[in-house]
Amino acid sequence: MKQALELQVNGEAVALMVEPRQTLADVLRDSLRLTGTHLGCEMGVCGACLVLLDGKPVHGCLTLAVQAQGCAVTTVEGLDASGEIADLQAEFHARNALQCGYCTPGMLMTAQALLKRGAVPDRAEIREALSGNFCRCTGYEAIVDAIAATAAKRGAA
Amino acid sequence: MKAPPFAYRLAEDLPQALDLYARSAGDAVYLAGGHSIVPSLSLRLQAPALLIDISRIAALAGVSLGPEGLRIGATTPHAVLLEDPLVATHAPLLAEAARHVAHPAIRNRATFGGNLVLADPASEFPAVVRALRAELEVEGPEGARQIAAEDFFLDLYTTALQPGEILRAVLIPPPAPGQLVAFAELARRQGDFAMVGAAVRLVPKAGVIGTADIVFHSVGLTPMRAVAAEAALIGQALDAATIAAACAAVAQDLQPGDDPVLPAATRLHLAGVLLGRLLRRVQGEWA
Repeated sequence: MKQALELQVNGEAVALMVEPRQTLADVLRDSLRLTGTHLGCEMGVCGACLVLLDGKPVHGCLTLAVQAQGCAVTTVEGLDASGEIADLQAEFHARNALQCGYCTPGMLMTAQALLKRGAVPDRAEIREALSGNFCRCTGYEAIVDAIAATAAKRGAA
Repeated sequence: MKAPPFAYRLAEDLPQALDLYARSAGDAVYLAGGHSIVPSLSLRLQAPALLIDISRIAALAGVSLGPEGLRIGATTPHAVLLEDPLVATHAPLLAEAARHVAHPAIRNRATFGGNLVLADPASEFPAVVRALRAELEVEGPEGARQIAAEDFFLDLYTTALQPGEILRAVLIPPPAPGQLVAFAELARRQGDFAMVGAAVRLVPKAGVIGTADIVFHSVGLTPMRAVAAEAALIGQALDAATIAAACAAVAQDLQPGDDPVLPAATRLHLAGVLLGRLLRRVQGEWA
């Protein structure tokens, strides 16, 4: 049976009816048509479905939509529209840090959360932060390069 | 895959959660972070009629310090264990282990209590609470009770919790005078399930080892207490010969099976190597 759900998505208040079995990622994609959130493994391993829930990265596939009642959700569309990851996106683009692009929204979520911690992370810290994000194309090197370059530029700014 | 249909109720407090369970004819599951239950539903390993959401119950949240020790609410996410100053000061072993539990996004939502009641033998926290001799506070249809971590983990994914019971908090006793602790694990990648891991707690007494707790994970069906290795330490000075004896004794304590990831002999060898590293680390801090 469907239940009422009210939450904020990318800064806008949203009210809709959802089935309890629908995950947050399902609702974002299927009901709200925010298809930047990707579903890979649907068991919390690949990291393609990461979204910010009250500002922290969580797996959209492991969070039931009904549990997000009253919460603020930010998807990759929200991060893109606000311009806060424009530099990170530009570095991903410049370094070919994506090929098929399926993992990229999750990579951007993890990278932005890491960079927002303040300190400039070294490559080992970047790799550790990315340990829950799978990429089957790039071999990760260019992704680490892009995040390291963004960190250095933000650190110098 | 997608989960089969189920009903969902948000419990405001513990009595309401217990009442919802009592009316479910046993066909309900408690839900907090959902990081074990949701994948299990999606894989259709479980199909309860009702999920009772206990994630917003105030009585299950928060970290506090009292005369009995550090009390950690069951719905505390792993990320809080990593960052909370009370945990860092009063249960550093837990903070050290939390770094190895899954990945950053998982740690933001997965809960300490959920991890313990799942009782995954590859998980770090069950070994740590057993090594620290923690007590688990439980609320259930028959009232409240306390279960020693030592008696909580019964078998693969099986605990002493009875149907309808909820883990409320974990009580970590104050450190004994001079207590030294260490945690480490061997994994192929950061955040992967460990090939082997261990938590160690030693308490000196009159220049020798008075108390020893050594609990391994990822080497058996439960967190495994290494009784023979502990016995090799107690009453001895923490020197190279004692450490070698404890590492050799691990073979009496652990009987891992062969599995597709690792032959049993390799896993047992790694357990001895890891214990040696941990004991030498503690030796460096020994007064």
